[in-house]
Amino acid sequence: MDITVNILLTIATAATPLLIAAIGELVVERSGVLNLGVEGMMIMGAVGGFGAGYLTGSPWIGLLAAIALGALFSLLFAVMTLSLATNQVATGLSLTLLGLGLSGMMGTSFVGQPGQRLPNLDIPGLTSIPVVGRLLFGQDPIFYISIALTAAVMWFLFKTRTGLTLRSIGDSHTSAHALGIQVIRYRYLAVIFGGACAGLAGGHLSLVYTPQWVENMTAGRGWIALALVVFASWRPWRVLAGAYIFGAVWIGQLHAQAFGIPVPSQLLSSLPYLATVVVLVLISRNKRLTMMNTPASLGQPFVPDR
Amino acid sequence: MMRLELVKRPQRSALFSALSPFIAFLLTIIAGAILFALLGVNPLNAFRIYFIEPISQIWQLHELAIKAAPLILIAVGLSVCYRANIWNIGAEGQFILGGIVGSMIPVLFPQFEGPLVLPLMLLLGMVGGAAYAAIPAFLKTRFGTNEILTSLMLVYVAQLFLDWLVRGPWRDPQGHGFPQTVQFNDSAILPELMPESGRANWGFVFALVAAVLIWILMSRMLKGFEVRVLGSSPRAGRFAGFGLNRMVFFAFLLSGALAGLAGISEVSGAIGQLQPVISPGYGFTAIIVAFLGRLNPLGIVAAGLVLALTYLGGEAVQSALGISDKVARVFQGMLLFFVLGCDTLIHYRIRLIGFAAPKLEAAPKLEEAR
Repeated sequence: MDITVNILLTIATAATPLLIAAIGELVVERSGVLNLGVEGMMIMGAVGGFGAGYLTGSPWIGLLAAIALGALFSLLFAVMTLSLATNQVATGLSLTLLGLGLSGMMGTSFVGQPGQRLPNLDIPGLTSIPVVGRLLFGQDPIFYISIALTAAVMWFLFKTRTGLTLRSIGDSHTSAHALGIQVIRYRYLAVIFGGACAGLAGGHLSLVYTPQWVENMTAGRGWIALALVVFASWRPWRVLAGAYIFGAVWIGQLHAQAFGIPVPSQLLSSLPYLATVVVLVLISRNKRLTMMNTPASLGQPFVPDR
Repeated sequence: MMRLELVKRPQRSALFSALSPFIAFLLTIIAGAILFALLGVNPLNAFRIYFIEPISQIWQLHELAIKAAPLILIAVGLSVCYRANIWNIGAEGQFILGGIVGSMIPVLFPQFEGPLVLPLMLLLGMVGGAAYAAIPAFLKTRFGTNEILTSLMLVYVAQLFLDWLVRGPWRDPQGHGFPQTVQFNDSAILPELMPESGRANWGFVFALVAAVLIWILMSRMLKGFEVRVLGSSPRAGRFAGFGLNRMVFFAFLLSGALAGLAGISEVSGAIGQLQPVISPGYGFTAIIVAFLGRLNPLGIVAAGLVLALTYLGGEAVQSALGISDKVARVFQGMLLFFVLGCDTLIHYRIRLIGFAAPKLEAAPKLEEAR
């Protein structure tokens, strides 16, 4: 029983960064912007979170720094693609490349240093309930944020007027503009929200998952988050499901390696990436589903005429 | 509070089209100076070490050519993809597969020697890279799967596959347990161009030849026209009878083959055996090279040399000033950012305006309309 609980807990820990980054990117893509820089913003959040935690001794300050750095980094993307109308694919790629380089440089002195870890929730009486206690009341704070964030984004996108406006911009920025909606302003806010989420996801890696700084520690999670958004066909609750499936794959291969299953460890390590490809193929086979849900102006630059 | 406003030019500006890489380079230098100053280093001294010292002697120019060769080879292939609006960003994986498949001969048949070995290896390298690139192409054409994500995911798979090979089945039994294959025999080593002055090998010649051939393809042949039409307007391309699916395969196979050639050239030229890591991110840096070179094969040759210099400079400042060689990555990333930003100037004029101004202008018009 204990083993099952432990496995479920580790799956949640592995799924949380994927979920947060993907939820952020979902909002960005719903506004019609494709930010391929998730990996870069995430690694900036990871290095910022670790660094601030290490220097101040407070993981909470680390958490705030991770969010702030992710948001700040996404602002760079926003200025380029929204104000200067650059190609979103190329700009997103360069954001990732720059983030990987910059974080490596910033983190040189952090390598091998002990990090700060965010404490798990511990409510007297509740956390000690057998089995469900630790699952419901004993996880790290970012886990709860991730669940709340998913619910909030669901409510925002589908139950509020602003959410409706955001989705309409994603479907046709020209019509939205003609209706007098400030397309660029909405998109700025969406991109910065996505950056803050990616930064938070990175902060989870360096403040909860493995409280240390390792270069390239995101290991493609930002890209998997991007794939999750496609897999979920831009629906928040499907992102939640997808993130936990991938969390399970990630943890499954780690456990398989630990048990010494006679399969090369490299093959097991490549499972999350192969699974991403397989999942993308399965979802894209259904052309109607993808066509119907893809924000129609996704990735297209918009320059308001006057 | 100021705001940027873009005003579309009637036609693309030839002036900025030519100038933009240089403006971008200048901006990178300025940003780099700020970066060095923040790190507590005298920027002028740092730039001397970064950009001038690494190319002040003949043998260093050879090193520059060694670094530039894979960048140019990969980037000219990618330029065809990007022109066609097809996003192969997995060149790093195709590079690795090219290195692996090309190495089959010297690793599995070390006794096989003679003049046939090298051409076969190069051919196999191209086949390996192209075959690996065919996967995202197939998935895109058959199922409509996003090629950006699949080609990138396959990079991680390729890196792990190489890691497995050199630690497992292909490990040199006499290698004292080091994760590497046997040293290639002499006939499997790409010869040096001018051994008396430095290490540069034939890989650089391949790069130049590829750049010229792709330039001819893109500017003088129907296929190049097809690429450009399908890239700028897929609808017009369909009316002209150009097949988008065929183009996806063409672009991926071509860029994969060139990345594979770069991979086997690197392994048999600069390294001489397979190791767990055979590329310092050439496949990703080549994306920057492609854009800095304006997706033009001849521009890419120049851009490849510049980006190769950023690698050498990174190593130089690390040993001379104790700054992380990651500074090279930062320079490369900033350069791409500035290039993309400056490219806006080709199609748009940029006006700075205050927030209040357009509202005042618009209000009376609205009244008139009523």
